[in-house]
Amino acid sequence: MEVSNIKQVINIDERLTARINELLSHYPEDKKKSALLPVLHEVQDAHDNWLSVELQDRVAEILGIQPIEVYEVVTFYTMFNQQPIGKYMFEFCRTSCCAVRGAEDLMEYTCTKLGVKEGEVTPDGMFRVVGVECLGACGYAPMMQLGDYYKEHLTKEKIDAIIEDCRAGKVDLHKQAITE
Amino acid sequence: MGQKILLEHANVPGIKTYEVYRQHGGYRSVEKALKSMTPDEVVEEVKTSGLRGRGGAGFPTGMKWSFIDKKSGKPRHLVCNADESEPGTFKDRYLMEYIPHLLIEGMITSSYALGCNLSYIYIRGEYMWVFRILETAIKEAYAAGWLGKNILGTGYDLDLYVHCGAGAYICGEETALIESLEGKRGNPRIKPPFPAVSGLWANPTVVNNVESIAAVPWIVNNTGAEYAKIGIGRSTGTKLISASGHCKNPGVYEIELGLSVDEFMNSDEYLGGMMDDRPLKALVPGGSSVPILPANLIFKTAEGNDRLMTYESLSEGGFATGSMLGSGGFIVYNDTTCIVRNTWNFSRFYHHESCGQCSPCREGTGWLEKVLHRIENGHGREEDIELLWDIQRKIEGNTICPLGDAAAWPVAAAIRHFRDEFEYHVRFPEKIKNKDHFVAEPFEKVKHLVAKQEVI
Repeated sequence: MEVSNIKQVINIDERLTARINELLSHYPEDKKKSALLPVLHEVQDAHDNWLSVELQDRVAEILGIQPIEVYEVVTFYTMFNQQPIGKYMFEFCRTSCCAVRGAEDLMEYTCTKLGVKEGEVTPDGMFRVVGVECLGACGYAPMMQLGDYYKEHLTKEKIDAIIEDCRAGKVDLHKQAITE
Repeated sequence: MGQKILLEHANVPGIKTYEVYRQHGGYRSVEKALKSMTPDEVVEEVKTSGLRGRGGAGFPTGMKWSFIDKKSGKPRHLVCNADESEPGTFKDRYLMEYIPHLLIEGMITSSYALGCNLSYIYIRGEYMWVFRILETAIKEAYAAGWLGKNILGTGYDLDLYVHCGAGAYICGEETALIESLEGKRGNPRIKPPFPAVSGLWANPTVVNNVESIAAVPWIVNNTGAEYAKIGIGRSTGTKLISASGHCKNPGVYEIELGLSVDEFMNSDEYLGGMMDDRPLKALVPGGSSVPILPANLIFKTAEGNDRLMTYESLSEGGFATGSMLGSGGFIVYNDTTCIVRNTWNFSRFYHHESCGQCSPCREGTGWLEKVLHRIENGHGREEDIELLWDIQRKIEGNTICPLGDAAAWPVAAAIRHFRDEFEYHVRFPEKIKNKDHFVAEPFEKVKHLVAKQEVI
């Protein structure tokens, strides 16, 4: 993924700081670097799901490590985004088990419906459709990841409904409370 | 009905919460181990049980535990590998999502056995909602006094945390997982030193799969000898199988090892046969890395024995006519599946997931993907089949970690058992233009075209 030059508004507020401190407390005093992945997830979630270079530098500062140590991690792991990805990113699993149960056709349907090619963001910045590798939902195919959650046993009708829900603002990508 | 050890209480309403889990006998193994057993006695029980690593390699868990370095005096760590990412595998997720406390109980009892005071569960980042379920469950366990200082007044201290990855299959390899837990890129380390000597922060470390650790409470409660009574030979106990693909009832099942593949596939208690009753074409029994089996080698081995769901039976015949139990990722394919397309799909996966450290894997996986893609899309050449064989052979065994082997084996097995399908793609490019070419016309119906040409 290309590095973006778009200016990102950085806001490490009280809630986020408290959460970062909680995560840091999970590792020995002299091993704070270990918290890097969990901290990046939290910071990314609070910043429209992407990490500008400036934001990565802030994370380096918080953990007391060199910026390069953050960059090399951000570029290695697929879940960290170095540019804006659209508000709702539909990540379709297209590995074997999902592929043989119609994932490719469903992804194509979604792209056509939203008028984008794979990887593009819709002009209104709302949606992006990408193909990803196995998400561990093989028996519930076809499926996609949306924020922190999986949408499984998908059909065209379900895709239509999810798009509607996103447009109506009914989809919470990072719900903190787990309900049964 | 097979015995249920792991999923016995999975469907009890509210089992996700501490109270309900405790009411159903949860945390008894911690009481028993901490109050009436020495750590070494717990290790012995696990050795006696014959439990083998459930992540895929099948290495005896008790033996792995006995390798941990106790002489150095350094802090020791137990790390649970919950980075489940092998295509076809979704069993650990089920366990953690529905009975999170079983894993936590297993972590406490196992950490005690290994003498660890700081342990982690490393879960893949995509399972973020499961990460939160585990965080909540761990907080409950702390509040109830099962974690923290002086557990049950025995003087044993343990801190346990859940740590999330961020989308890298390679972190399922234990040394890459440790690197990732240290906040680095997931590049596997050269072994030796093994993690048991120098793992997390250079301390002695054991890395175990979720399912292996979740089996420990039952073993401690009921003895290793009782566990060893379940199963056949060196395949003891129960195994979670995650079934997907073209079977009637995909999902997660707990089976007693030794069940026949036929019964697992066809009985209504398990997969219920094939979706839409189409013919079975192939099976990947243990996750994408293990060799694919053609229909004639699924229910019977080449020797004519019944194929069983055991480590030994699934690998009977070696790679020539067998496969592996692996992670239990059981992927079923019917006659509409294109083996070339599926092999390309797997190769794309491994190419995407290669960490890039070793050239044979970094370059080789890309070549495999590229050559398979051109064959699947009608641009293949006759010599490409030999080329694929050559590439996979040069990756296998030539890399730091097993990802190289995992990328090579599916290609080798596909060519070994379905060579005529590759030849068909090369010789009849106009017939495979549509990606669903075998949906309209299964290979079985056009197979004769390849055979005929060979005669000429």
